[in-house]
Amino acid sequence: MEWLNALVQGTLLGGLYALFAAGLSLIFGVMRLVNIAHGDLIVLAAYLGLTVTSAIGLHPVVAMVLVVPAMAMIGYALQRGLLNQTLGDDLLPPLLVTFGLSVILQNGLLEVYSADPQKLSAPVLETASLPLGPITVGVLPVLTFAIAVAVIWGLQWTFYKTALGRAFRAVSDNQDIAQLMGLNKRHIFGLAMALALAVTAVAGILLGLRTSFDPASGGGRLIFGFEAVIIGGLGNLWGTLAGGVILGVAQTIGAKIDPGWQVLSGHIAFLVILAIRPQGLFPRMSG
Amino acid sequence: MPEPILQMTGLNAHYGDFQALYGVDMHVGGGEVLAIIGANGAGKTTLMRSITGLITNGPGQIQFKGRDIGGLRGDQVAETGLAMVPEGRQLFASLTVEENLLIGAQTGRKGPWSLGAVFKLFPILKERRAVPSTALSGGQQQMVAIGRALMSNPELILFDEISLGLAPIIIKDIYDALPGIIGDGMSAIIVEQDISKALSVSSRVYCLQEGRVSLEGASDTVPREDISRAYFGIE
Repeated sequence: MEWLNALVQGTLLGGLYALFAAGLSLIFGVMRLVNIAHGDLIVLAAYLGLTVTSAIGLHPVVAMVLVVPAMAMIGYALQRGLLNQTLGDDLLPPLLVTFGLSVILQNGLLEVYSADPQKLSAPVLETASLPLGPITVGVLPVLTFAIAVAVIWGLQWTFYKTALGRAFRAVSDNQDIAQLMGLNKRHIFGLAMALALAVTAVAGILLGLRTSFDPASGGGRLIFGFEAVIIGGLGNLWGTLAGGVILGVAQTIGAKIDPGWQVLSGHIAFLVILAIRPQGLFPRMSG
Repeated sequence: MPEPILQMTGLNAHYGDFQALYGVDMHVGGGEVLAIIGANGAGKTTLMRSITGLITNGPGQIQFKGRDIGGLRGDQVAETGLAMVPEGRQLFASLTVEENLLIGAQTGRKGPWSLGAVFKLFPILKERRAVPSTALSGGQQQMVAIGRALMSNPELILFDEISLGLAPIIIKDIYDALPGIIGDGMSAIIVEQDISKALSVSSRVYCLQEGRVSLEGASDTVPREDISRAYFGIE
């Protein structure tokens, strides 16, 4: 029964990892940009959530109404103002620039919010639980997982059923020809980054509700996000959810064996999958 | 001669570090079908990329409907009413046939061409609207590429090497369909290596050789030996 519990808790944790990963996956899919600052942007969103909740007194979940559009706007501005200039045939410039951005974000957060660990508090939500057969699950992890499924479904729908998604795919396929069709790729990339950071905002708030965070927390979130993307297979959003779940389950089962093994066992699961299936479990987009 | 819709004056353009066009002067009249011929490396593709805005050019070198478009981006040029059927089709691989056509309508320009009109022109595309564009035969892909360009209701349409890599029977079908496509006062530029095909559908022809215009004439009267000379540069 304890193992079943670890399995269920790990699956729910995987929802959060999938949310870390979804934005990363989307950006790479549309513009072949590997965003090293992604984890720090998640932490930035958590801090924005903290500011909104402490300044206005909103519930953290309600604070998303403000933080999500704020992060989307930051994303669009970041893409148009900085990242578009780094894109080209070479993958290295965007990698270096986002690495620099990561350093700037971490130090900026340190300057504004200090190094003290912070947490978003939602007294009722944090402790509420549901009986689920023989085990008990927290309402927050269940909510997180449900949001992750909804977000990934929403991204999938946007990609395959809307004009915006069509534009994303067209620009991803062939930038020059997409330009000839009247699509301004700089604008499309800006919208893709806005969407990615909107998802990041949701991830950041849920992270802040689940655990404490500090300005240096971003690196770990980036790694978990990357691992979920790679396990699931690049460019497949449902695969990313599966990747997050595998990572989460590996971590909770590792922690069950020995609490010190939690993070390590996640990395081991990642390495094993990378060694056996370097292309990930579910490579390629599926309509 | 009607008022030119597209006018190139002393057009210089580079392909990477290499200068590919040297002072090219050309014009296309309203409703005219122009052929541009030339060997590989003569500068035809660079010329197409310049006109469509994939390469930016100096001020005053390219004018479309009296407006300087040399400095505009590709998407801005598309909005002025200029479309291209690119060499090698270059469909969007992750989009279905219908989605490829819909992307063509992105500029939102009004006119006779719509999804229904394209499906009427090429009924096979209606049948195969939901399949990925990569699942089509070469000839069907070319129909999608043509339909995609038409969807923007252009005033000038560029056909870049539309017969390249297609079976002769398919090429014949596509050229047979061209007059119906270009009718309605649309102007067209046809870039071809197949000289007789290009001459058969055009009213005027330019030949490019090493980045310069080596011949200009009426398609039906220009002597074949002049074309060979202009094409190959043999004196």
